[in-house]
Amino acid sequence: MEFPPNIWSYVLILPIAVGMLVTALILVWWERRLLGWWQDRKGPNRVWPWAGGFGQAIADAVKLLAKDDWVPPFGDRLLFVLAPAIVAGSMLMAYVVVPWAPRDSGLIITDSNIAILWFLAMSSLAVYGVLLAGFSSNNKYALLGGLRAAAQMVTYEVFMALSLMGVVILAGSFSLLDIVEDQAELWNIGPQFVGFVIFLLAGLAETHRLPFDLPEAEHELTGGFHTEYSGMKFGLIMAAEYLGLIITSAMIVLLFFGGWLLPPALQVLVPTGLTSTLVGLGVFAAKIMVFINFFILLRAAIPRPRYDQLMSLGWKILLPLSLVNVLGTGAWMLWTG
Amino acid sequence: MESLFYIAAVTALASTVMVVTGKNASHALIYLIVSLLSVAVIFFLLGAPFAAALEVVVYAGAIVVLFLFVVMMLNLGKGSVAREHAWLRPSMWILPCLLTVPLFLGLVYALSGEPAQTAAAMVSPKTVGTQLFGPYLLAVELAGILLLAALVGAYHLGRRYLSERREEV
Repeated sequence: MEFPPNIWSYVLILPIAVGMLVTALILVWWERRLLGWWQDRKGPNRVWPWAGGFGQAIADAVKLLAKDDWVPPFGDRLLFVLAPAIVAGSMLMAYVVVPWAPRDSGLIITDSNIAILWFLAMSSLAVYGVLLAGFSSNNKYALLGGLRAAAQMVTYEVFMALSLMGVVILAGSFSLLDIVEDQAELWNIGPQFVGFVIFLLAGLAETHRLPFDLPEAEHELTGGFHTEYSGMKFGLIMAAEYLGLIITSAMIVLLFFGGWLLPPALQVLVPTGLTSTLVGLGVFAAKIMVFINFFILLRAAIPRPRYDQLMSLGWKILLPLSLVNVLGTGAWMLWTG
Repeated sequence: MESLFYIAAVTALASTVMVVTGKNASHALIYLIVSLLSVAVIFFLLGAPFAAALEVVVYAGAIVVLFLFVVMMLNLGKGSVAREHAWLRPSMWILPCLLTVPLFLGLVYALSGEPAQTAAAMVSPKTVGTQLFGPYLLAVELAGILLLAALVGAYHLGRRYLSERREEV
């Protein structure tokens, strides 16, 4: 990795950040349509019916911007304003290390030899946003949600990192470009299936998506940590949730499903140059979309577990399993040399 | 590069001063996070990206979260700010300042001598690993035993609480 990075990296930052925020906006509408379809109802389809109701996303954004932005006078004003910015900011920062297309295309802000650690660091900083949002609201529901979020995310961070170590051992590098190129012959989903399952569950808990959305749990905690938020501050928290959903899907694809690579038999047919960049970008986006839809299906299909069940699943099953996975992968690599 | 270092260093110093003098515990912890993040930037600029990432993941991402967790549980309000205010009288600072004088003199002496070797080469994660499990193996083992002792202690405390709960039921 070169430092300081070349000018091209700086140019890429703005389109990627704006692109991700717009994608998050589209996903809000997309999720509601899919949920409607799976639950035998229509979902938002009235605004711009010729576009499948997509205008709803824009109407929602305008509504959030125009709404009264109320800051609770009984809370901690500084932290209350800071918290949504921390959540959304740290989630956006994680996109810095995502390679969108093959190495020679240059569609990556920075190829770092600590890329995976960077992603883990940013997702661990996002905890503060949720925690501070709950704390600064000075509301018992928000506080309970914040406490739950802190315990849940710190727990699942531990073996989120451990579940990735098997992939790191196989590729011999923390760089995401190296890891994807290492999967040219065989995607990691085969040898690292256990790691994939653990990372999937940890990613769900880390982004507190349903069914692991206990920090929000609207049935018991009103709105959880963001009970007191309104207007665009709530919009930022919402955007951060979808940014987290996209980055988690992107990491799953990069680490376990060969990133921008087609299956080995088809990959040899792709010519080099600009075509490989475009094909790579399309394949990567399609794979990410599959996982986003899978996460939405989980939301529609599975009820929320109890909080102690979530914690004991983490510490008693997933943590030992991920340690065994690291040990087994290490032993296998030593054995085969 | 050098100007980035000075920006990070000034941020680290200023935020650390705010941690020490701050009267609101949760705000002080936010400054502590800023301080840790700027130290991570300094590590990165010195050519140790692995240490920088671990600084953020472990210190800023895990340890301070636990501090904040405890502060939230205690629910400190205006009373504790007033108490801190009473504790942090100006005369409080005399002894700590005197005690730091020898440290400061040592620092001036060290800096006035030969310019220290700064690491120009990048320290890769692989180098850190081979060093930890090579020359520094003893330190790793000692840290492991310390953590094991902490784990056993935490289990003991938790178990006593659980058995008391069971008797009540």
